Amino acid sequence: MTTTLQHNAVRLALHELRGGTGRPLLLLHGLGEATPAEVPPWAQGWPGPVCGLDFTGHGASTVPEGGGYSCEVLMADADAALAHLGPSTVVGRGLGGYVALLIAGARPSLVEGAVIGDGPGLAGGGTGLHSAVILELRSDVPVPPDPWAMAELSRDLRPPDYASSFARQATQLSSRPEPIAVCARWRPPWLEAVVAEPGVVTAPTLERAVALYVR
Amino acid sequence: MAATITYPGARRPDRSYGVDANGLSIATYEWGDPDAPPLFLVHGGFDFAGTFDVFAPLLAAAGHRVVAWDQRGHGDSEHAALYSWDADLRDAVAVMSSVTTQAAPVVGHSKGGNLAMQLAEAMPHRVSHLVNLDGLPSRRVAPDVPNHDRTRMLAAELQGWLDHRRVTAGALRKPGTIEELAARRGRMNPRLSPEWLRYLVTVGAREDADGWRWKIDPSMRFGGFGPWRPEWSLQRMPGLSMPFLGVLGLELEDMGWGTKPDDVVPYLPDGARFVPLEGVGHFVHIEQPERMRDLVLEFLADHPVHRR
Repeated sequence: MTTTLQHNAVRLALHELRGGTGRPLLLLHGLGEATPAEVPPWAQGWPGPVCGLDFTGHGASTVPEGGGYSCEVLMADADAALAHLGPSTVVGRGLGGYVALLIAGARPSLVEGAVIGDGPGLAGGGTGLHSAVILELRSDVPVPPDPWAMAELSRDLRPPDYASSFARQATQLSSRPEPIAVCARWRPPWLEAVVAEPGVVTAPTLERAVALYVR
Repeated sequence: MAATITYPGARRPDRSYGVDANGLSIATYEWGDPDAPPLFLVHGGFDFAGTFDVFAPLLAAAGHRVVAWDQRGHGDSEHAALYSWDADLRDAVAVMSSVTTQAAPVVGHSKGGNLAMQLAEAMPHRVSHLVNLDGLPSRRVAPDVPNHDRTRMLAAELQGWLDHRRVTAGALRKPGTIEELAARRGRMNPRLSPEWLRYLVTVGAREDADGWRWKIDPSMRFGGFGPWRPEWSLQRMPGLSMPFLGVLGLELEDMGWGTKPDDVVPYLPDGARFVPLEGVGHFVHIEQPERMRDLVLEFLADHPVHRR
């Protein structure tokens, strides 16, 4: 079942992959991906409902004109899902993992555990100032994934101290002692900084990381 | 209702049209002879091209084809699903390319000045002269607070922003009379005259059945957060290669950037002209339009373009 959520001018597709009662598990896909058609193997053990959100410009969500993407706006996409679902555990792949970190820090009372896993768009565009460039794409057909999303969200800056400030907010303001779990095997600088924060735990696989938040 | 309120020296553009910027319609305006050499004006955040209605005709009268546009979500430009610094730059290039692909002078105010600096770095072949009107960056010093308190400050900001995002779909700006809208804007722009602010309402707002509303996208909001650091803009300045004029209004006000001469002088490009103005606020071109025209024209005359 798919629910349409309105986020400003964008219609977001929130897919329920499996119904049930209790706290939902919210999946956030990687850059250029979309919500999978079925509950992934690593989420099979989750006792409650399993849902997935298609970010702006991805999957069945609106592909807007003219780009302008930021991870902060995708964080607000995730917040639109949380407004609908209530307190949830959030699992993100790649770009979705970075967004899971942001929303865990911004909505510590709605995110009951955030898992950061490997996936496309994990690195972003580095940690600091790079040479200015103005992208010009020729994209006449608005089909997902939006080429502007691919271009802009693969070069957004992720300074380590910016990422760790979100991790600190999550660990200090969440009711859980260990609200963030990292299972990405490759760690770009922003993720190294997150792992170094007290209260951030690591897990060897997505399945084990998700299991940390079953209760 | 047409603009029945006039303001001394203010003149609506001679031509206006939409430019397609990657599928988004950007409202574009011109003053002066269409065959004269182009000069671009870039407005600040929460402003619109009509804020140049006095300044632009002065430059046009001096022999320029003056081109300005409303940034996405501002004025008469289309409201976008997404807004970002890079998207504003892209829209700027789309408008500029529709006018000329030759290098031309770019004059930006506030956020527009900052945009123009990044545009000049990314596309030095398109900017012959760069003028920054009270949009020079500074290294803002964060108050010395413990990490824990800082976390709570940022958390409140983030939650406020997300709460706002939850209600923007279908939201409308608050309606009012011309007087009321002018008074509201006057609280943010205390140095501007009530006559000018009333005039601006008739340009930047529209009249609905229940009153006037600013045209700007209601999803836009002051403040914000993100990974960008103000000092990064400063670090970009020294490398700019075209003639550079930086003007700073030294009277501090809410809408201003709070930049002091000592913040920027060490980062000015070689040969830059820097003009700090005592007793002038953030809107230098509205408070002293003739003086700004003279500064800009003198600067352009001092740096003639030599084409190979």
